[in-house]
Amino acid sequence: MRYLPLTGADRTAMLAAIGAPSVDDLFRDVPVSARLPGPVDLPAHLGEWEVEKAIAAMAARNRHSGDLASFLGAGAYRHHVPAAVDHLIQRSEFLTSYTPYQPEIAQGTLQYLFEFQTQVGMLTGMEVANASMYDGSTACAEAVEMARRITGRKRVVLSGNLHPHYAEVIRTLGALHETDIVQDAPRPAGGEALVPALDKATACVVVQYPDVFGNIRDLSALAAAAQANGALLVVAVTEVVSLGALVPPGAMGADIVVGEGQGLGGGLGFGGPYLGLFATRAKYVRQMPGRLCGETVDAEGRRGFVLTLSTREQHIRREKATSNICTNSGLCSLAFTIHLSLLGEAGFTKLAALNHARAVQAAQALAAVPGVSVLNPAFFNEFTLKLSREAAGVVEALVAKGILAGVPGARLWPGQADLANILLVAVTETNTTAEIEAFAAALAEVLA
Amino acid sequence: MMNRQGRPTAPGEGAAGRIETVLGHRGLDHEEALIFEIGQGGRSGVDLPDVPAVESRLGGLARNDTIGLPGLSEPQVVRHYVRLSRRNYAIDMGLYPLGSCTMKHNPRLNEKLARLPGLADLHPLAPLSTVSGAIELMGTLAHWLKVLTGMPAVALSPKAGAHGELCGMMAIRAAHVAKGEGALRTRVLVPESAHGTNPATAAYCGFKVDPVPATEDGRVDLAALKAKLGPDVAAIMLTNPNTCGLFERDILEIAEAVHGVGGYFYCDGANFNAIVGRVRPGDLGVDAMHINLHKTFSTPHGGGGPGSGPVVLSDALAPFAPLPWVVETDGGYTLVEAEAGESFGRMAAFHGQMGMFVRALAYMMSHGADGLAQAASDAVLAANYIQAKLSDVMTAAFEGPCMHEALFDDRFLKDTGVTTLDFAKAMIDEGYHPMTMYFPLVVHGAMLIEPTESESRESLDAFIAVMRALATAAKAGEVERFTGAPHYAPRRRLDETAAARKPVLRWTPAVPVQAAE
Amino acid sequence: MTVKYTKDHEWIAVTGSTGRVGITDYAQSQLGDIVFVELPAIGKALEKGGEAAVVESVKAASEVYSPVTGTVTAANEPLADEPALVNSDPRGEGWFFEVELADASELDGLMDEAAYKDYVASLD
Repeated sequence: MRYLPLTGADRTAMLAAIGAPSVDDLFRDVPVSARLPGPVDLPAHLGEWEVEKAIAAMAARNRHSGDLASFLGAGAYRHHVPAAVDHLIQRSEFLTSYTPYQPEIAQGTLQYLFEFQTQVGMLTGMEVANASMYDGSTACAEAVEMARRITGRKRVVLSGNLHPHYAEVIRTLGALHETDIVQDAPRPAGGEALVPALDKATACVVVQYPDVFGNIRDLSALAAAAQANGALLVVAVTEVVSLGALVPPGAMGADIVVGEGQGLGGGLGFGGPYLGLFATRAKYVRQMPGRLCGETVDAEGRRGFVLTLSTREQHIRREKATSNICTNSGLCSLAFTIHLSLLGEAGFTKLAALNHARAVQAAQALAAVPGVSVLNPAFFNEFTLKLSREAAGVVEALVAKGILAGVPGARLWPGQADLANILLVAVTETNTTAEIEAFAAALAEVLA
Repeated sequence: MMNRQGRPTAPGEGAAGRIETVLGHRGLDHEEALIFEIGQGGRSGVDLPDVPAVESRLGGLARNDTIGLPGLSEPQVVRHYVRLSRRNYAIDMGLYPLGSCTMKHNPRLNEKLARLPGLADLHPLAPLSTVSGAIELMGTLAHWLKVLTGMPAVALSPKAGAHGELCGMMAIRAAHVAKGEGALRTRVLVPESAHGTNPATAAYCGFKVDPVPATEDGRVDLAALKAKLGPDVAAIMLTNPNTCGLFERDILEIAEAVHGVGGYFYCDGANFNAIVGRVRPGDLGVDAMHINLHKTFSTPHGGGGPGSGPVVLSDALAPFAPLPWVVETDGGYTLVEAEAGESFGRMAAFHGQMGMFVRALAYMMSHGADGLAQAASDAVLAANYIQAKLSDVMTAAFEGPCMHEALFDDRFLKDTGVTTLDFAKAMIDEGYHPMTMYFPLVVHGAMLIEPTESESRESLDAFIAVMRALATAAKAGEVERFTGAPHYAPRRRLDETAAARKPVLRWTPAVPVQAAE
Repeated sequence: MTVKYTKDHEWIAVTGSTGRVGITDYAQSQLGDIVFVELPAIGKALEKGGEAAVVESVKAASEVYSPVTGTVTAANEPLADEPALVNSDPRGEGWFFEVELADASELDGLMDEAAYKDYVASLD
């Protein structure tokens, strides 16, 4: 076994030192009836090449986004990740280290977490950010819980245009705490009126920006209305690159901004691991879930970093913790930080502008196809088409033409007939003009 | 002795004293500023094509402030993060004896496979017809987990161990509600030695946490447990092997007693590495158990995540599993995303930590049924070896064989002026990451050492020699060696009090940032 | 002024019907450097033995329980910025809150200084 250093002779010598007759003897506390007599019914060990062959065969049965022209979004976006990112996150010292509980020998991790927190604060326009959560959806549910703690209220208003998976996670956790969740129907063309839904019993209102259909709108009035009612505005951003082009939620009065950070540094990865972003106002920091890294000095007066305010967390507060979260998304936050550092101000804003420009081109090309209308008045890099027939079948037909056309309404809102003809289309810097033209042409053929 | 260039090859006089260097670097140990202090506007490490001229559709919401990001070229960024990396300890550098964390070797094959485009470059909402291989991989992983645990079902979507605990406890809650006992079942029993996540999870689910005391031999007090049982008990949350590194001998009776009052048995699977391939939790009466893929199945810890925490479930709990799930069909697997049934809901967007699934499956296939059992055996052997070799100079918390981790208390440091913390920091000077300290809470000044199966005997012997020498030095009164430690790390001890009293949680520019052009 | 102590290491100094509450020197020395104090809101109704405040060191968070039943009339706001006062002057500037006593007879069940000293000596 290539991963196991002990030899038969080692094992014998070690047993002798212990004074045990056999390894089985060390398992003597296990009830006899629960000891397996032999190996379980699974294959025996394999060499590296054999494992690679077996798993590569599974990989080969997939048609990946690089093989096709992909216009899939709806919470996960395909951006180009520079080669340096993947190289750096695979350095042993980052990849194979634990949570930085011994700060003297974990300054590498701690310093990048501090950089990460700063970057997330800058992007979202918020004062403080934590060292990451599991993903955008769980961060969003945690934000709702935090708003409940801060306000002491149980009523939560969700935008109908919040990603359905995010809403489901909030409902699932909300069921634990008798949360009264109010949500309107989805409105693909935007224009949802949330202000009338707010009242003095509302803990928070949760909106997505851009929303799940790609719509963007000024949230300042909603923030003011929430504030007037003593409620918090929670803004969820699923496409982090949008923050290079759009007014940040913090500037519009958001109290908590959560996001999916996968778009920077992370690949699509079939849904995980992803990166939960979580930022808020400084005054709420002690109500915040998750790890936090802070600056301090060492015994020689040199700047250093430590995990701090950990009394909020489960390993100290136990049943009184703000959340049961333990692990964060360390390595994904590193990838995010490196990717954003490579881009810099100029690169990040240009990347966002490029995404928007390509999306505008695509929207124009697709709107020209008979039987297609673009529903969004304003958008960043994702928009919604209404097709003359059910979108799911159109998507399947376009796969045969080498195009992943988008996410059909039926995938996210199963059984909802009024959304069956809806197609969510995302366009990033990885989509070429030729791909956009091919998409439009193929869609015209399929709908004809 | 001189070499051919006439330079001394051994340190001469004066080498012992520390000198102040110009930039604060100490040889290979580079001081490194924050990225924001290095870059300047305009530069970028990424080349992008020109932006086509289009009419903006941003609806008047174009960002008009300066974000404040620094601008750096690729070599600057690479150097910055390489330098930072060198300030970390890592498994690839040496033994990492963090008890309860299972810091074992991370095979690089697993990294390679997780990056195959056919797995890494898949969108989670891609048409299911294009991702059959990915679903097959999830189904195969599920099969391995079910067989290894002897459990009939598994929920793959939880994103980490604590998330898995939440999943298991929510399934338990849902099962009670389905039986009309939701309002009745309010109490969850949690041993005092439990991980902090256990009471946090139970409380998060709305249960009242009722601590169960331990016996003097470090195990659940069965009599005390039975005295606490009643019709209001929803579940017990028990780690086995437990956090003292011991197997709960009375496990079958515990399970039977809890089941007897209609409660469920949640097992914290953090320590599954000790028994994988040798003992199946399903044979111990477990109803739900999370499996930290980043512990037992070696997906990298990555400085604190990402993890992955699939939860195996008994027949009683399986109907309540969260969406989505993978079902085996004729000649393949299918992903079920929408058909709710009795499912308690959804724990996260999409389908789980696919990248971790690939790594864990590669790890399992590499070991096979035989190799996994051998790994558990070696992990237990190594921990017992350490316990045996240190028990005369340190004080083992409990007698008898341990499982995969050896637990010591601080009695051997009594009256030395050295604490468990000091001892841990001195280990850093010796080139080791300290063991888990002050956990479990039931042992005074706890030192929990988990060597894992990844260490050679030579490596274990070197570690043992260091621990013995430190224990001897502490007793001999060499206090400064401990209280001043670490002396040889990128940083000396850090002022955590100052950090907590006046939190500085992000960098702020000393002068206003110049607008980028 | 009467000063009484609880087994949870709170002190209460009573003048008239008002009691000022803090934690003892022994408690602050056990906790170590205090980094944060969460105080009750003025007007909050407290139960004897109920949670009234939270005191945090770097590695621990502890509840401060009210020695008596009553209503909060004042909180020591400077602790928000200077939690270290609890370490430097636990019986003076490091006080936590003041409470209007509902039932002065509750004080009878608490320890006086000598009894508390004996109690601390019996620990450890």
